[in-house]
This record gives sequence, structure tokens and C-alpha cells, in this order.
Amino acid sequence: MAAANETRKAETKLAVAELGEKYKYGFVTDIEMERAPKGLSEDTVRFISAKKSEPEWMLQWRLGAFRRWQEMREPNWARVHYQKIDYQDSYYYAAPKSQSNKPQSLDEIDPKILETYKKLGIPLHEQMLLAGVAVDAVFDSVSVATTFKAKLNEAGVIFCPISEAIRDHGELVRKYLGTVVPVTDNFFATLNSAVFSDGTFVYVPKGVRCPMELSTYFRINAQDTGQFERTLIIADEGSYVSYLEGCTAPKRDENQLHAAVVELVALEGAEIKYSTVQNWYPGDEDGKGGIYNFVTKRGDCRGNRSKISWTQVETGSAITWKYPSCILRGDDSVGEFYSIAITNNYQQADTGTKMTHLGKNTRSRIISKGISAGRAQNTYRGLVSVHPRAENARNYTQCDSLLIGAQCGAHTVPYIESRNRSSRIEHEATTSKIAEDQLFYCTQRGIPAEEAVALIVNGFCREVLQQLPMEFAVEAQKLVGISLEGSVG
Amino acid sequence: MLEIKNLHVAVGGQEILKGLTLSIADGEVHAIMGPNGSGKSTLSYVLAGREGYEITQGSVLYRGQDLTTMAPEERAAQGVFLAMQYPVEIPGVTTMTFLKTALNAQRRARGEKEVDAVGVLKLVREKAKALNVPEEMLKRALNVGFSGGEKKRLEILQAAVFQPSLAILDETDSGLDIDALKLVAQGVNALRAPDRAMLVITHYQRLLNYIVPDRVHVLSAGRIIKEGGKELALELEARGYAQIIKDAA
Ligand SMILES: Nc1ncnc2c1ncn2[C@@H]1O[C@H](COP(=O)(O)OP(=O)(O)OP(=O)(O)O)[C@@H](O)[C@H]1O
Ligand SMILES: [Mg+2]
Repeated sequence: MAAANETRKAETKLAVAELGEKYKYGFVTDIEMERAPKGLSEDTVRFISAKKSEPEWMLQWRLGAFRRWQEMREPNWARVHYQKIDYQDSYYYAAPKSQSNKPQSLDEIDPKILETYKKLGIPLHEQMLLAGVAVDAVFDSVSVATTFKAKLNEAGVIFCPISEAIRDHGELVRKYLGTVVPVTDNFFATLNSAVFSDGTFVYVPKGVRCPMELSTYFRINAQDTGQFERTLIIADEGSYVSYLEGCTAPKRDENQLHAAVVELVALEGAEIKYSTVQNWYPGDEDGKGGIYNFVTKRGDCRGNRSKISWTQVETGSAITWKYPSCILRGDDSVGEFYSIAITNNYQQADTGTKMTHLGKNTRSRIISKGISAGRAQNTYRGLVSVHPRAENARNYTQCDSLLIGAQCGAHTVPYIESRNRSSRIEHEATTSKIAEDQLFYCTQRGIPAEEAVALIVNGFCREVLQQLPMEFAVEAQKLVGISLEGSVG
Repeated sequence: MLEIKNLHVAVGGQEILKGLTLSIADGEVHAIMGPNGSGKSTLSYVLAGREGYEITQGSVLYRGQDLTTMAPEERAAQGVFLAMQYPVEIPGVTTMTFLKTALNAQRRARGEKEVDAVGVLKLVREKAKALNVPEEMLKRALNVGFSGGEKKRLEILQAAVFQPSLAILDETDSGLDIDALKLVAQGVNALRAPDRAMLVITHYQRLLNYIVPDRVHVLSAGRIIKEGGKELALELEARGYAQIIKDAA
């Protein structure tokens, strides 16, 4: 028995070595292990790369990132407070759960989660998928996904896990990966570059209008993308794509730290619309548990007349640190940021955007709606910067904060840097409360207080909700109500 | 329908209603008139269950039930409707969405089936037409940027949609032009029914030419000091509150 194990181990090591790995750092992990050993070292990085059967260039890229990361410090400028993260006390890779390790039916899932699924009106088979219940191959969504795949193929759109793209479309990935968010961009992005587990890759060829909304949800392999997700979307000249990330259903995850990186590249005349609904576990009413979500999202309007539009609905996570941004490099390019951030109980969100105007006649628009309830803190942080070359740049920013109750906080931190006198930058900000007379008016017409709050908040967010694709918008509206449950006495 | 006995109400520790007694039978329309600050709106808020209006004494029975222990939304579901003196704006929520949400919340509370979007649209359109409320207003955010008169018309439209058992109209006539006043009065009269009662608060006898009340009550300093038939409104108009209050003292 022991001997057989030994042989297998040796074989495994050999297999890894054949992939171009060298064990010079004392790489002792069994490749068949479900998890990388605890902690972060070059070995961990090699392990992940080997697990993914990556080419050498990718490994070197990761190792470069890891070495830089070791010299970096965790940023502390955001208005969020949390216990120091011990990076050596976590796991950085876990194999996707096999069918037999998954819950076998919905009976094994936390009833609280199931209740929320019901409120959101999610069909049963989708509930199973979301809750990670083992499902067999004749599953509905699989056949749906297959139909989608065929359609996409026909249009020439590549839409696959990034690990697959690294193997099958290496040149494309290599050409664009890290060109929007450089490896050394920031502490969390660098960490992600070293250890990212999987994510999504999209390439839309020249002149193609992607025939459907792309959503990770429909990608069969997307169930366990893990805590370090990496997304790269390239819209070639004159193309259009709308991408939906995330899900309104609450997702639990054993990993507390999430550090995703999303890079978008829009070439000449291309348009990318990126919508997110983030509803990770926010922790309980007393602020225990919950995900730390440190995300780097950036889009590069690389070509003239290109457009990138971010829409986000952030309701989950204990801590959100996230600034989807646009580099308006091409002349006449357009960047947009529409955001709803809801914090309840002890949640903290520090979110906003950066619009960097480099090209002539570039335009940007920022609409941010922050809602705080309970003891939550909600910060909008934004930067609009206009470079000397950016003649006639325009920005419009509107930041509205809504407070529910007296113990929460809203903060607005807008920075403006203009180095071109022809630029025009407008900024408007409001802070309001749900007024007692509004609540009374609603209850007098028969709407219970909690539903009234949801209605009023949805009204407050309308401009942003309207940006979401139709089906997503309906779910997001319900989600707004659910996230604020318990916020009125 | 409604039986108020010796009602004392304090707001912010100050007694506003001081022993008000009033009862309205099914099918009747009563008017309350009284000087500014006499407590008319306070009475309407207490009946609707607004927070901060503390009943220190007395009782309110609605269809034989103690109204005071019910939450505002419960009262609404049970048929209590208050057309407010100052309707509230709710940005971003279209009038249609609001009406649908409210109607279905009431129905749900009563254990009735909800009406789908198409059904609500049909119902609201029909009522809106009668009140000359333009379609375009239904698509706008509730009361946001509406003129004073438009807001009042929308209150009556809601009464028409919800079909309450007890409708309290707090100065619905103020801010209306002459044509709108007639339309609103028509709308209110259309609501008259044997199983419905109305309490109309107004400063002007003119409204009562259109909505002819069964009883008129004069409220002064938190008490009903005089009541009578519809001719009392004419007397008030002719002689003024001061004289009547003096007589009553
Ligand atoms: N929160 C409050 N604290 C103290 N006093 C209040 C409060 N709210 C209302 N009042 C007082 O109660 C009295 C009655 O007010 P109410 O609004 O009921 O009068 P009204 O008869 O409706 O007057 P109007 O004809 O002007 O509408 C007024 O003197 C008012 O100032
Ligand atoms: Mg009043």
C-alpha cells in the first residue's frame, strides 16, 4: 500500500516536471492533492500553474508577480477596517469539488439561503446549481449552454474559462493579459496575478455584435472559479459585447478573502458593457464573518470612438474595495460608471471609479447611489483626471447617498485633476434620508414599512437599475429589498 | 362605520385633540370645518395611524373594531384611506408602480389574489380618464414636480382605485382650479355608496356645494363645538369662525 503510494507520488512529480516545472524550491506537494498546502510561496504558484497545465510563459508571469508582491504592502487608504489578514494562513488552490463531495440535494443546504432563492423567484434547478448541489449531465442548463456555445461559435466569439484560453488561445491572452491592470498595479491585483485560479476569457472579433448577453452563469465550467478570479475581455474593432457577472442569489464561500482582477480592452469603435451583481455573504447581523472583496476592475478604451460602461449592484460582502475604472485613451472614447452600493448591519463599502481622460473629446459619466442602513459605512471614492492632451474632455458626476437610520454613515471623496483648460467637469452630490412622511405615505396606502423602504430605495437607484439588462434588473430590484431587510424597526 | 368617543391626542407632549366625539354611519358623508391649527389634520393622522400621535384618552371604533391598535398598513387594507393635505413625493418610483404595489399589498393583506400589471394598468387608466389625469402623469415619479392641484387629483384617483370603506379627505379642494374642483367632486360623489363613509375636511363651503354632506362639524381647539346639517356650512361662511366659536362658548 505504502509502496504503491510512493510510486504514484513519484509519477506525479514526473508529470509535473514534464510540464516544464523545476523543483528547485523544494516542491513537495502531491499534485493529486485537492488543495495546495497552506500558505503562499513560489511552490504554491508553481503548484497552481501545474494544476492548470499552463505554458512556461504563464508560470514565469505568475512568478514575476509573486516576487513583486512579496515587496509590496497592503494598502490602508480606504475607509474600511478589518483584522489584519494572515496571508500564510490561507489556502490558495482547491480543486473544484467532485460530484460526490457536493451536497446531494437541496435538503443539505442552509434553509436561510433557500428562503432567499425563493424570494428571488429562482427556478428549482437553478437553485441547485447555485447552491452547488451535484447535478448530472442531462441538466437543463447544460443543454442551454450548449445551444449558446453553438451560436457563439458561429459568430466567432470566444467565451471560455481563462485557463482554457491560456492553453488554446495563448497568443491572444499573452498579448492582452496585464496590459490594462499591470502585474504591479496594486497589492491585491499583484496577488491575483500570482495565484489566480480561473475566470473568464472573452474575445469578440472585428465588427461582430455578440449575439447574446454573456454571463458566467451560462458557462458550464464556471461553478468553482474560486477566490482569485481573473477576467479578460477583448472587443476587437467595431464589435459589441454585453457581459453579466455574478448573480443575485447569495453565495457562500469558505474563503474569506476575494481578490479578483477584471481587464477590458475596447479597440477602435468597440463597445463593452459590463454589469455586475455582487451578493457574497455579508456576515451576520453582528458583523461576524462575511467576505472581504478586494477587486481591481479596469477598462481600456484603447481605440478611437470606443466605449466602456460599468454597471454594478453591490449588496454583499463584509468589505467591498472596488473601483471599476476607465482609461479613455482613444479620441472620442466614452467611459461610464453606474453604481449601487448597499450596506446594512456592519458592512463596509469603499467603492467608486477612476476616469482617466487621455484622448481628445473623451467623455465620462459617473452615477453613484450609496445606501447605508444599520451600522454600515459607505464611501464613494472617485477620481476624474484630465491629461494635457485631452482637449475638450467632459465629465459628469452625480453621487447620491441615502441613509436609513441614525447609526450608519455615508462619505463622498471625489478627486478632480484637470490639466487641460478646455475640459468641463461637473460634480453633484446629495445626501438624504428616507423621510418619515414618505414611509407614512406608503404605509397609509397599505404598503408595509419594509416593502416601502425597498420601494423608496429602488426609486432612489432607478437611473442605475435602468442600465442593467432587463432580466437582471428585475432580480436586482428584489435584491435591493432583501438586502435591506431588518433595516426598519 | 366610525365612532370616535372623547378622543384626546397629544403630539410632542402637547395635547391637540381635547375630547373629540364624532360618529359617522355607513353611507354618510360628513364635513369638518375649523380654523387653522384647530386639529383637523391631527384627527386625520390619528385615524390613519401615524406615528407620534399619542392617544391619551378615548376610543375609536371602526366597523365595531378598535382602530387604535392596528398598524397603518393594516388600516389601509381594511379600507381606511386618507387623502393627505400635503401628498408626499417619492423620487424614482413611477405613479403606476406605486399604485400597483399599494393595491397588491392591500389585496395580499386581505387574502385576495394579486392583480397583474396589465390588470392594474386597465383599472388605473379607466379611473384616470374619469378624473382627467393624463396618462403621462402615471409614468412620472409619484408627486415629483406635480402641481398642487395635480397632487390632489392623484389622491382622489387613488381613492377610486383602492375603493376604501372610509375615505378621509384632508383639504383635497385647496389648490384646485374651478374645473378640477368639479372633477374631483364628481369623483368623490361617484364613490358615494351605502357601504362607504366619507369625512371631508375643508375650509370652503364651495366644495360642499358639489359634495353635499349629511352632517357638518365645526372643530375648534381640539373639540367639536357645533354641528348641524349642510346649512351650517353656509352659516359659517356668512358669519365666520370667530362668531360661531363665541356663540358656542
Ligand atoms: N409635532 C408637533 N409638535 C407640536 N405641535 C404640533 C405638532 N404637529 C402639529 N402641531 C400643532 O397641532 C395643532 C393642530 O395642527 P393640525 O395640522 O391638526 O391643524 P389643522 O386644523 O389641520 O390646520 P390647517 O387648517 O392649517 O391645516 C397646530 O397648532 C400645530 O401647530
Ligand atoms: Mg390641516
